[in-house]
Amino acid sequence: MEPTIHRFILRYSLKEQIVIMLVTAVSLPFYYFILDLPKTIVNRAIQGKNFPQDFYYWSLDQIPYLITLCFVFLALVFINARFKFHINIMKGRLGERMLRRLRYELYSRILRFPLPHFRKVSQGEIIPMITSEVEALGGFIGDALVLPLHQGGLLLTALFFMFVQDPLLGTFAIALYPLQAYVIPKMQRKVNLLGKERVKVIRKVADRISDTVSGIAEVHVHGTSTYERADFAERMGAIYRIRFDIFQRKFLVKQLNSNIAQLTPFFFYLFGGYLVIAGDLSIGALVAVLAAYKDLAPPWKELLTFYQSQADAVIKYEQVIEQFQPEGTAPPELQEPAPETMPAPSADDRLGIANLAVTDDGGAKLVDGVSFDMGLNEHIAIVGPAGSGKEHLASAIARLVAPSGGRIQLGSDDLLTQPEWRSAQRIAYVGQSSYLFTGTVRENLIYVLKQRPRKAANPDGATAAQRKQWLVEATRAGNTDLDITADWIDYSAAGVADAAELAARCIRMLAVVDLDDDVYQFGLRGTIDPKARPALAARILEARVALRERLKGGEMAALVEPFDEARYNTNATVAENVLFGTQVGPAFDVEKLAENAYVLSVLEKVGLTGDLIAMGRKVAETMVELFAGLPPTHEFFADYSFISAEDLPEFQALLARTAKIAQAEIRPEDRSRLLSLPFKLIPARHRLGLIDEPMQRRLLEARAAFAENLPANLAKSIEFFRSDSYNAAGTLQDNILFGKVAYGQAQAGARLGKVISEVLTTLDLRDAIIEVGIDFSVGVGGSRMSAAQRQKLALARALLRRPQLLICNESTALLDTQAQGKVMDNILRELQGRGVLWVLHRAAFARAFDRIVIMRDGKIVSQGKFADLEGPGAPLHEMLAAE
Amino acid sequence: MSLQEEVDLLRNIPLFAKVEPAKLKFLAFTSQRLTFEPGQALFKQGDMADAAYIIIGGEAEVLVNTPKGEMAVAVVGRNAIVGEIAILCDVPRTATVRAKSKLETLMIAKDLFYRLINEFPSMAVEIMRELARRLEKTTAQLREAMTQIGNR
Repeated sequence: MEPTIHRFILRYSLKEQIVIMLVTAVSLPFYYFILDLPKTIVNRAIQGKNFPQDFYYWSLDQIPYLITLCFVFLALVFINARFKFHINIMKGRLGERMLRRLRYELYSRILRFPLPHFRKVSQGEIIPMITSEVEALGGFIGDALVLPLHQGGLLLTALFFMFVQDPLLGTFAIALYPLQAYVIPKMQRKVNLLGKERVKVIRKVADRISDTVSGIAEVHVHGTSTYERADFAERMGAIYRIRFDIFQRKFLVKQLNSNIAQLTPFFFYLFGGYLVIAGDLSIGALVAVLAAYKDLAPPWKELLTFYQSQADAVIKYEQVIEQFQPEGTAPPELQEPAPETMPAPSADDRLGIANLAVTDDGGAKLVDGVSFDMGLNEHIAIVGPAGSGKEHLASAIARLVAPSGGRIQLGSDDLLTQPEWRSAQRIAYVGQSSYLFTGTVRENLIYVLKQRPRKAANPDGATAAQRKQWLVEATRAGNTDLDITADWIDYSAAGVADAAELAARCIRMLAVVDLDDDVYQFGLRGTIDPKARPALAARILEARVALRERLKGGEMAALVEPFDEARYNTNATVAENVLFGTQVGPAFDVEKLAENAYVLSVLEKVGLTGDLIAMGRKVAETMVELFAGLPPTHEFFADYSFISAEDLPEFQALLARTAKIAQAEIRPEDRSRLLSLPFKLIPARHRLGLIDEPMQRRLLEARAAFAENLPANLAKSIEFFRSDSYNAAGTLQDNILFGKVAYGQAQAGARLGKVISEVLTTLDLRDAIIEVGIDFSVGVGGSRMSAAQRQKLALARALLRRPQLLICNESTALLDTQAQGKVMDNILRELQGRGVLWVLHRAAFARAFDRIVIMRDGKIVSQGKFADLEGPGAPLHEMLAAE
Repeated sequence: MSLQEEVDLLRNIPLFAKVEPAKLKFLAFTSQRLTFEPGQALFKQGDMADAAYIIIGGEAEVLVNTPKGEMAVAVVGRNAIVGEIAILCDVPRTATVRAKSKLETLMIAKDLFYRLINEFPSMAVEIMRELARRLEKTTAQLREAMTQIGNR
């Protein structure tokens, strides 16, 4: 990258800078006229004698002459304003483009950093560099050449004008400049040093904050928040000192400058006045000079500010750039975009490794002269004790670490110098713990198919034109014009023709890595929009019927209590029974149900309000009786109580308050508190005996009334349970079950899950559910999945692209032993006839491989078939025994 | 079955005979009534323990794993308590308990079980008595087994 900001500016924006400078130069004469005109107005129009005067082709009397000149003045003001506006716009656009270019270049560099470098720099340092630190540079770049020219031009114009009026006055005006030119840079140098220090300290602070965020659990458990605060305060102190120092010095510079500026008029009044009195200078000229001098101050001030911000920008640029050129940064050619049609790789190629060496930062040899050779149809296991270098060997073949010597050939290709797309096309790699990007399971799977846009996005008319303009703008700033909104998926790489086949292949790969059951569970817990997928919704309804049939009459009939419009569901809450639907949004939130005006009106209508309040009292009494003696932190409160530990005393008081009075006299807020309790009652679970048959019938009346009179504005807040329609607010499982899992049946959930799975398999719906499951969001960095699930997903996506060679670097170490064996067997079967290089953390797993390579101390000590190496005295024997 | 009926039922179990009614209500409210189908296991040997079960109705058999497969060592019925050893000693389940007929149980969480024992020494005595009875029985069986081996 360009070592200084000025070189960066010249290299990428010289043409634009010249255009802006030309426009600026053209604007300067107008500025001169504006300075000159007041003198003409005063001297010739106001104080003039010989009228009518000639004005170009016309001859004018005094008043018309004055008016004409004033209008000319006005026109010049407008012209100047236009120039200013255009110049500013051009500068702004240029600055933003250059900023965009700079950020893009910095980000590109991160993508090319050698991996070990990320152990030395933290996110906390890198992120602010690209986001906030360079922000100010945009503004500066727009001004870089133009501002000194423009403001300098204005200054010179004004000075020139003064010299024309009177050389002496002109000399006065600049008399103090040499002093300023000497003192100000001296002071600025100190400010620059402070500025450098400030950037460094702020980066450290950013680093520290990100450290705190990452280690927040440690801070909590070790009670070190005070220590952290003190540390932060210390750093803030340092920043305060630096910033205040800078402020003082900057202000001093400004102060000095404005003092000098005020000194100059003193000369004007004294000597200029003398000259006027002596008759050597016209009063008009003095007025004009004074006016010009007033105009001298802004450009001078601008120049000074520019001088300071330039110093700032130079430092910032240098300090950012030096962080973005670590040794070993890959050349841009390695990351060139894949060509539209990739050359088909030969299947007969062999992977040849010769004298490969990998060293760590300290120069210690991790891999020491390893040579071996494998066909792209062989399954090879690499085993060895810790420190044998086996994982570094795998990383080197995957190009994650640069070898310090040796060669890696894939057929005739030198693996280490070919572009990344090319090796990615042939080799897949899965490490010990893989990263998932924020998004869905599906997005993480197909991520590996996105090397370049395959099919242009097809927006219509106006959007297409806008889009084109958008991409043209991208190239102007040196950004890529490959369209992110295009379809980037390389279907052929996955061996499929279209999206539907790809989904099927995704599902199959999930089965290979034994993740299909988990994703199936995600699917059951997922929701779909029945309007967007009517076919699936209809099939789910089929499953609902099939499940009902399956459970009917059998011993498992008791496991679920179906929703039935005409019957009270004793395994559902009172609220669910009355609403008889799933709430959408906050309107019918169960916590706030007792305050919902419509619900209250329904209860009033069927005459239930009083009874429910009475029921609420009974619930409250029972809760107070049962839980009063319990310590407030007891888990039973969360698990069983209707009333939280904090609210319990309040309810005790409420009960005492309302014990002796008629219900009608209870305060409204107490009423709604009591009323809120019965809504959470589940008769089958709580067994309080409060909801008997007659009460159930009346609640059914409320259910009917609720549905019947539901106002239109609330219609969207609830999805009713209807046996013949899909409930968009419920999960797939809710929709299939269409009822409540019964309380008091041992392992009801697990048993039902099994039946549901059977029903879905019979209906051939399992894959459809999994397809819903692959739209499950994995959370930030895959945080909603377990480590083992993440690892399995990483394996699935590596397989999705049908690599010629799969490199696994202890990829299954996070899985339990049983799952490891299964997943490994599945993968080896899937990659029959393709190459597999698997670094194993346990030698026992090597049995399934064609050939075993044993490493120790960075060298290959032995290789051969499992059977030949496992006997007593053979190298594997000892390792197997140790496991 | 309502909470009150459950309390009455609990009161008839010797283990809870001396526990005050309010506490029994709490016990009933915070414990789960669980129904098991014949053949369904309440828990399996080696599982981690989190609850004990009181049998309210039906029969269950207690099985232990032996090299020759599962062996039934006892059959328990109404009012019996099973699974308390594992939660008292904090060890994995020492046996498998499986429903022989349709089985009604009350599942008492470990935490609640401890609370009750702490608050009602009579319950602790009752449990001690039960355990002693079982130990006596086991000792007798062991004696018999050793005699047989000696005779061989």
